[in-house]
Amino acid sequence: MQVAEHETALDVTRELSDFLERRREQIAQRWAEASLFRAVFTVSRDEAVEACKAVVDALAEVARGGRPEDLRAPGFDSVREQLGRMAASRAKAGYTPSQIAGEVAGLREPVTSLLRAEYDDPADPRAQANEIALTILIGTLRLVVMETTVDAGEELIARQRQQLLEVATPVIRLWDGVVAVPLIGTLDSARSQIVMESLLEAIVDQRARYAILDITGVPTVDSLVAQHLMKTVAAARLMGAECIVSGIRPAIAQTIVQLGIDLGTIITRAGLSDALAYALSQQGIVVSPRPAMGGNAR
Amino acid sequence: MHAPFVSATRLSIGSDADLAWVRQQVRQAAAALGFGLVQQTKLVTAVSELARNTLVHGGGGHMEMTPLAEGNRVGLRLSFVDRGPGIRDLELAMTDGYTTGGGLGKGLSGSKRLVAEFAIDSRPGEGTTVTIADWVSGVPSPRAGAS
Ligand SMILES: Nc1ncnc2c1ncn2[C@@H]1O[C@H](COP(=O)(O)OP(=O)(O)OP(=O)(O)O)[C@@H](O)[C@H]1O
Ligand SMILES: [Mg+2]
Repeated sequence: MQVAEHETALDVTRELSDFLERRREQIAQRWAEASLFRAVFTVSRDEAVEACKAVVDALAEVARGGRPEDLRAPGFDSVREQLGRMAASRAKAGYTPSQIAGEVAGLREPVTSLLRAEYDDPADPRAQANEIALTILIGTLRLVVMETTVDAGEELIARQRQQLLEVATPVIRLWDGVVAVPLIGTLDSARSQIVMESLLEAIVDQRARYAILDITGVPTVDSLVAQHLMKTVAAARLMGAECIVSGIRPAIAQTIVQLGIDLGTIITRAGLSDALAYALSQQGIVVSPRPAMGGNAR
Repeated sequence: MHAPFVSATRLSIGSDADLAWVRQQVRQAAAALGFGLVQQTKLVTAVSELARNTLVHGGGGHMEMTPLAEGNRVGLRLSFVDRGPGIRDLELAMTDGYTTGGGLGKGLSGSKRLVAEFAIDSRPGEGTTVTIADWVSGVPSPRAGAS
């Protein structure tokens, strides 16, 4: 029986699609035992079975379309989001992308054994063609999941980064009218933007007259960081607050000078406490050791 | 003390995160080779400037880091390579305060002052390579005579 090649291929995928629809319940029941589904859909087994059925339906639709190798097959659209959630939850549980891909590949085995049972003769060429088509289909599913894993990973990193940005720039009220930001780590553009915004906000909220930027925790001050510092100081000035930069370590001071950056217009102090003392004294507050009161000593 | 182990490395420069990584790798290598704190800080700052130029003006590229040993001197050579637009007027670009991008214009001129050796090779339309080298100074205090 000689048929044109593409026609045979289409026949095979259609047959596979029919099989998947016919065996939907059994496949879903078996998959619901697999760690990939069991660990994610923990509320009830029914929930896991439903999720499995959605994936079987998607595979059946993709197979019916005749292109089991197509990552972008519309059949996958209905489960992309669900697969993404599953992959994300496995990733959160500490699984690496390749381990997750391995779990998806593991879904093939239970389907294969059901498929083989359909044919009396395991050497039947149609049985073999179906098995190959199934292998391709599950391989594509694996890639679809991988894709969502990568997306989810990137999103997770972006979110953690954002959280870090916000957490790492607390504005502290040191005294009436005096706020301080201890800067820690790399002052890239996004960070310095947030520093500037939260500092200006705090200046308004606290009616601060003095703002201290402490850079003890900043490892490198290059021309970009210096420029950000200067911009922040200028913006604070416009809000009516004077900025003091503290914590410039000796090695950084030498480097800034040699780099050719002039911080001459900025008030600097060695440490945070010196900066605070300056801010207080400018407001007429004098901090001095408790005077020895002659009368009640002892 | 024997020559500390720092291997030649190539690091890509394609994002802000890469800049942080490059700085960190250079700081580690410089510390391992015996650079003092002030020299490390200067070198890493120059690296930060040049790597950012590679990213911002050159559209990305890579850095090559090579440990140097010459007689009893130990040092580090760093090349910043991009295939970007190149620099038309090198003398102008090296001028203090010259910028085409709203920066301070201190990156090139400043980093030249921060390290012992500085060379720039650029062809318009082909790209830019900036190479710097620095040597561990014998005395632990900052090098004298830097003007
Ligand atoms: N790798 C590069 N490719 C193309 N042009 C460059 C490159 N590096 C520097 N330039 C050009 O040289 C100019 C001066 O560079 P320099 O690093 O001194 O200043 P900048 O980057 O503009 O500002 P900053 O002070 O923030 O570094 C740049 O504005 C840019 O036009
Ligand atoms: Mg620059």
